[in-house]
Amino acid sequence: MSLRYAFVVLLMLLANASWAQLTIQITQGRDNATPIAVVPFGWNGTGQLSEDVAAIIAADLQRSGLFAPMDRRDMLSLPTQGSEVVYQDWRALKVDYLLIGRMVPFQNGYTAQYELFDVLNQRPLLTGHEQGYRDSLREVAHRIADRVYEQLTGIRGAFNTRLLYVSRLRDASGQYTYRLLMADADGAREQVLRTQREPLMSPSWSPDAQSIAYVSFETGRPAIYIENLRTRQRQQITNFSGLNSSPVWSPDGRRMAMVLSKDGNPEVYVMDLATRELTRITNHFAIDTEPSWTPDGRSLLFTSDRGGRPQIYRATLGSNKVERVSFEGDYNARARMLPDASGMVMVHRAYGNFNIALQLLNRRYFQVLTKTQLDESPSIAPNGAMLIYATLHQGRTILAAVSIDGGTRYLLPSRFGDVREPAWSPFLDRR
Amino acid sequence: MNKNNFRNLIATALAAALLAGCASNKTDDTSGSQAGSDPYGASGYQSGSATAYDQASADAAALASLQRVFYFDFDKSELRPEVQAELDKYVNILRNSNQSIRLEGHADERGTTEYNLALGERRANSVAQYLLVNGVSRDRIEVVSYGEERPAAIGHDDAAHAQNRRVEVILR
Repeated sequence: MSLRYAFVVLLMLLANASWAQLTIQITQGRDNATPIAVVPFGWNGTGQLSEDVAAIIAADLQRSGLFAPMDRRDMLSLPTQGSEVVYQDWRALKVDYLLIGRMVPFQNGYTAQYELFDVLNQRPLLTGHEQGYRDSLREVAHRIADRVYEQLTGIRGAFNTRLLYVSRLRDASGQYTYRLLMADADGAREQVLRTQREPLMSPSWSPDAQSIAYVSFETGRPAIYIENLRTRQRQQITNFSGLNSSPVWSPDGRRMAMVLSKDGNPEVYVMDLATRELTRITNHFAIDTEPSWTPDGRSLLFTSDRGGRPQIYRATLGSNKVERVSFEGDYNARARMLPDASGMVMVHRAYGNFNIALQLLNRRYFQVLTKTQLDESPSIAPNGAMLIYATLHQGRTILAAVSIDGGTRYLLPSRFGDVREPAWSPFLDRR
Repeated sequence: MNKNNFRNLIATALAAALLAGCASNKTDDTSGSQAGSDPYGASGYQSGSATAYDQASADAAALASLQRVFYFDFDKSELRPEVQAELDKYVNILRNSNQSIRLEGHADERGTTEYNLALGERRANSVAQYLLVNGVSRDRIEVVSYGEERPAAIGHDDAAHAQNRRVEVILR
């Protein structure tokens, strides 16, 4: 527990010009989480390190719900080299795995050398190193957490990823300020990308994580914009009358699905980003919206009320085939496919409340994953292990996350304003 | 909103200036700031077509006196029966004038943001459609949906939701 508080305090210290300021509260863990010890990393250089790398790794592992990092204060020794590890000490503390490491000066930055041990079998599992500068030690920590997570679960870690989201603040006169924000997946290092009086909506990531798309009402009407995160160059890519909404990049990054109502009614289109040519995908007098690509880029899920109530449909590109794929209940919307295409998550209404539900596609399996109120905008981590969404909590909209099996939950409350429409980035590291 | 309102004022003033300018050679007494601060009054202009200008001014004043917000049922975009009489007043003014309006559709917070954006547009289109079939010209009406992005009432209860499922008429 103290580790988590240390983490929260650390986040508070780091937040200077922060608008939404997300701080993590774990609300549900697992009974069978694997005990692990993450020993404070050694450091013999001059001055103090800007980040506690081991604490960030431990917090990442804890947030996944699969691991229970032990309290530092209960450790019997603090080894920083393999030769200092006494397995019996860690067996006595009932931890299954042990991660140790040390920070070594390297040019203008640091190298973090780490070693992971299997305590029960008394053998090393993984050694490695990550390099970073003073301002990228959090990335160094997240990359190590990713390696450890993958070594122990077989699933690629997604700790070194980012979140995009929108905050909405209402002042005393009833006027709103909208901000587009980006933070690390753990809520740290929040940056304001845009601030304006007119709404900002539907942020989404390019598959290479270099660019983002969003809808802005800054001209008094909605339009879709693409912005490069490094150069901050921005281009308006649509300006049709009516809705210009729901931009989502295709998995190959060359096309963008979107919703336009230029022909009088909301329809799903795909734009070729090189030629700006539009292909209309849906053709129905109902509302057709919220497109989302299947991982193979060959079809789109979308929400339609063509059957009378909103349900999820799948359109196969290059054909006129449209089939309904959600069947449970009378309101299912904004589906997002799992990275392995085995199923989808969506907003599902039951008993008057809105929750996030998982439906597997080839099996008749359906599970409501969240227990919070007015849940919306699910966005899945690139490894498919967790999803983040917006929920109503104590009178405000905040972000929350749940594991894909519903076993782990945490909240990312903000200090003020409503925080909405999270979009989890793709993997930032190329492999 | 302030900026929008200001822009609306400017647009109205420009339209008025154009109207006045068409009919006569203007003298040198108009300035942008006067036009901006006095969009409906004719005081800043000398116009040979006082009747046309007075009519525009009267139309604007008449529009300003009408009900500006129309409410809808949950997940519905059909006009409530009682609003038709009020919309008929818009029809009577807009059919015979150069005034234009912007219809801003809104939804309550329940359901997804993008579906609600579509729902807000459907609501604004219901109002627009009523005006169109009753003879108002399409170029007098602009439709924009804000979905659930700009709630009028804060709070998360039925009363707040009812206040937020609306179409607002903005005079241009």
